[in-house]
Amino acid sequence: MTTAVLAVLLCVMTLAVLALLWRLRSLYRESGNAVDRATYATLHTAWSAAPPLRAGLVPEAARRSAPHLRALLDAPALALTDGERVLAWDGVGEQHSARSLEIVGPALANGRSHVTRVECDDLECPLRYAVMVPLHVDGRVAGVLMAYAVEASAGLVRAANEVARWAAGQLELAELDRSKQRLIEAEVRALRAQISPHFIFNSLTAIASYVRTNPERARTLLLDFAEFTRYSFRRHGEYTTLAEELKSIDQYLSLERARFGDRLHVTLQIAPEVLPVAVPFLCMQPLVENAVRHGMEGKVGPGRITIHAADAGAEAHISIEDDGIGMDPERLRRTLAGEPDAQTGIALGNIDERLRQVYGDEYGLVVETAVGAGTKIHLRLPKYRPGIHAD
Amino acid sequence: MSSTYSAVFVALVLAAAVLIGGYGLRISRTTSDFYVASRSVSPWWNASAIGGEYLSAASFLGVAGLIFAYGPDMLWYPIGYTVGYLVLLALVAAPLRRSGAYTVPDFAEARLESRRVRRMASVLSVGIGWLYLVPQLQGASLTLTTVTGAPGWLGALLVAAVVAVNVMAGGMRSITFVQAVQYWLKLTALAVPVIFLVLAWRDAGTPSLDGAKPAVFSSDTNVTVQATVDVEVQTPVTVFVNGVVDGRSHAGTQVSLGAGRHQIAAGAVLDFPANSIVPQVITIPADTNAAWAQPLGGEGHGDPFYVTYSLIIATFLGTMGLPHVVVRFYTNPNGRQARRTTVVVLALLGAFYLFPPAYAALGRLYTPELLLTGQTDAVVLVLPSKLVGGTLGELLGALVAGGAFAAFLSTSSGLTLSVAGVLSQDVLLLRGLRGFRVAAFFAAAVPFGATLLVSGRSLADVVGLAFAVAASSFCPLLLLGIWWRRLTPFGAMAGMLAGGGLALVAGLVTLLVPPGTGLVYDLLSRPAAWSVPLGFAVMIVGSLLTPRTVPASVNRTMVRLHAPEALGLAEEETP
Repeated sequence: MTTAVLAVLLCVMTLAVLALLWRLRSLYRESGNAVDRATYATLHTAWSAAPPLRAGLVPEAARRSAPHLRALLDAPALALTDGERVLAWDGVGEQHSARSLEIVGPALANGRSHVTRVECDDLECPLRYAVMVPLHVDGRVAGVLMAYAVEASAGLVRAANEVARWAAGQLELAELDRSKQRLIEAEVRALRAQISPHFIFNSLTAIASYVRTNPERARTLLLDFAEFTRYSFRRHGEYTTLAEELKSIDQYLSLERARFGDRLHVTLQIAPEVLPVAVPFLCMQPLVENAVRHGMEGKVGPGRITIHAADAGAEAHISIEDDGIGMDPERLRRTLAGEPDAQTGIALGNIDERLRQVYGDEYGLVVETAVGAGTKIHLRLPKYRPGIHAD
Repeated sequence: MSSTYSAVFVALVLAAAVLIGGYGLRISRTTSDFYVASRSVSPWWNASAIGGEYLSAASFLGVAGLIFAYGPDMLWYPIGYTVGYLVLLALVAAPLRRSGAYTVPDFAEARLESRRVRRMASVLSVGIGWLYLVPQLQGASLTLTTVTGAPGWLGALLVAAVVAVNVMAGGMRSITFVQAVQYWLKLTALAVPVIFLVLAWRDAGTPSLDGAKPAVFSSDTNVTVQATVDVEVQTPVTVFVNGVVDGRSHAGTQVSLGAGRHQIAAGAVLDFPANSIVPQVITIPADTNAAWAQPLGGEGHGDPFYVTYSLIIATFLGTMGLPHVVVRFYTNPNGRQARRTTVVVLALLGAFYLFPPAYAALGRLYTPELLLTGQTDAVVLVLPSKLVGGTLGELLGALVAGGAFAAFLSTSSGLTLSVAGVLSQDVLLLRGLRGFRVAAFFAAAVPFGATLLVSGRSLADVVGLAFAVAASSFCPLLLLGIWWRRLTPFGAMAGMLAGGGLALVAGLVTLLVPPGTGLVYDLLSRPAAWSVPLGFAVMIVGSLLTPRTVPASVNRTMVRLHAPEALGLAEEETP
């Protein structure tokens, strides 16, 4: 019996492996005519040069993309320079590398392509002409692509122009990535500084009302206030632990409760397993602030806020819920698409954007809401991602 | 048999698990109270939770069963389970916590910066989890069959289904509180009956075992054989048989069994007179009581020296690689609390393991018929109703059965959750909640399928296999990863494949073939003694052969792993 079972298992596994191999083979098998194959090869080479260039015009990126760019031009040597130094040299005759900065001047200065004869004592050297094409990024010349060849044919000049334009396009994308990153950082700074004057005023008034009647409570509240502002204004570190973030939320809520008294009902259900998880700085606290605002706004009766954090295998699941006025889903969609308005503020869009950037698109915020029906926001956070540590 | 009470108790435990899973624990407090409470899960709660998740079917039923059959050599199992925790704490826990990794695959990726190593670690992690789940489900089947006579697959199906549904619904997550209560439930279920058993034994005039003889029936005993067994009769004995023996059908007639081998068919009922020597199933050596009670004495369970050392290596070094164990340390807010928790865990595990040997020794005296049927794992379940008798005995039996189910459920849910997480993320590559649910289904369904195929090996033996695989793959990875800078991705993969892969194959082979004897069988069924050194050796040699692939940021990683958090050294790298 058992032998039969083993034999069947073995057969199934062998069949599975064969099927996998067959599929891989058919994927990799070349197809089409010569033109198709050439097109494919060119596109593939261009594609191989793209990822390094997306890091911007820096030596490491230039060094890794230069071989692919040279393959596209079919030139014996290719150099990339930013005008001050040679970032990469690929191909033969590296002794020309040092002198290339001397001839690059005109292309840098007027932003047009130039062809120059290269002086060389070695009669065997194939580098006789240099085609220099500037790389235009955001309207300025970021660097120069230099292709060396035996002669400067019109074909080579045309090809070099096209390749330089394509590379410049990639560099512009890199610039775009960086400005997107800078924008998000600026928004985080804005979030940190976003403690509203109303909140400060309300907290201080609430504390003042306790100074005589309940000095001990007033003292605790003042300490909470100090700790809360210190955390929010923190300058270093992109990540923190869920425990730290919750501590700040707790301080925030105790200040709000001093103001709202019994009207504010808060329920926290936190699984201790997820407390040490590293999370993006200020990824929950602004949401809780929103919940308090929406939950208490234009209301006489009590408002209820529920914060829930649970362990779910490789992820932590968090939800923040209020029973307030809710939001118009259409407006919410616009906010998440990057058009903040006065009521929703920048917090929601910024947190959504940061989560997607750090963990990938499937980890964006999920919001359940309708006008008058309260709001529930779900966050899913992977417990571990390489390179993410709480500082 | 205590079938009614037991069925009620088991049903209660299952219903409680479903309810907790479905509704969650609605213990919510207002802000600061709850926050403070969750921030400082006290070492006692934490340690109880670790104990609750860690003490599985192997500990609850298997340890007593093995000691009952093979003697005190098997005490290395509880010792190993306990010491494994100490090794984990001393060498691995703190650096792993600092690395930010939640699982061994996480650690592999963080340390070696390779997705491929992560993949391999994930596959092994799932394999170990499944290997550990099989005996839990086997135990459930055995318990339900023993106490209610239900068909063999029902218990496994119930536990697998409850756990899978709970994990899929997102309930019964390893909530610290639930697991902590489980520990005390298990301890009570095991400890309370012992008090009554000892009282009953003293009441009977503290009879002791006769050292010169093998196990004997203390009174006239009526034995029902549930699965066909081959037994070895040492001294001829005359019994009343109702059923098929040696291929001949008897209906309550007197049969004289001569010395030698006999086959008793399933369903046969045999009446043995008092003081007759118990014919033992051929896989358990028929030692005298004196040889049984002697460490390394008698024929033991395979070659005693090899088996003992293999067991020690597997359990001491395997604990750190179990998928559901390491994560528990993360619940401690700081290192000091983690150390205190470990001390309490050691005390709690130690207290728990005091009881199985008592069951084993009393079982040798009062329920030797299990040596005939071969169902030695059932000794904990059978003993209370047999020895105490009456309604009290039935209630005690039911308590033990309920405790056993609590053990299966708590360990299985923690494991299924871990396995499902790794399975959806790294193996099946399914994202989102749906993917997790599909993974949870497979995480429970595969071991259930395996339970139906596996031949009758003892629970603790199968758990020992899971430990052996973990010890020969993850132990080298963790120890070398933490303490040796020159480890490379290639070395790690080669080592895991050589050590863990071979141990896994050896284990699976012995699970699928009937139990055997001899050196080859010992080497295959307890691979740790050769596979752990092999895993280490291949990992070291493989790394030394590929020195250029040492991850570039190894120094930074090492600082993060080893510098105490309070020094702030690890922060410098991310300004």
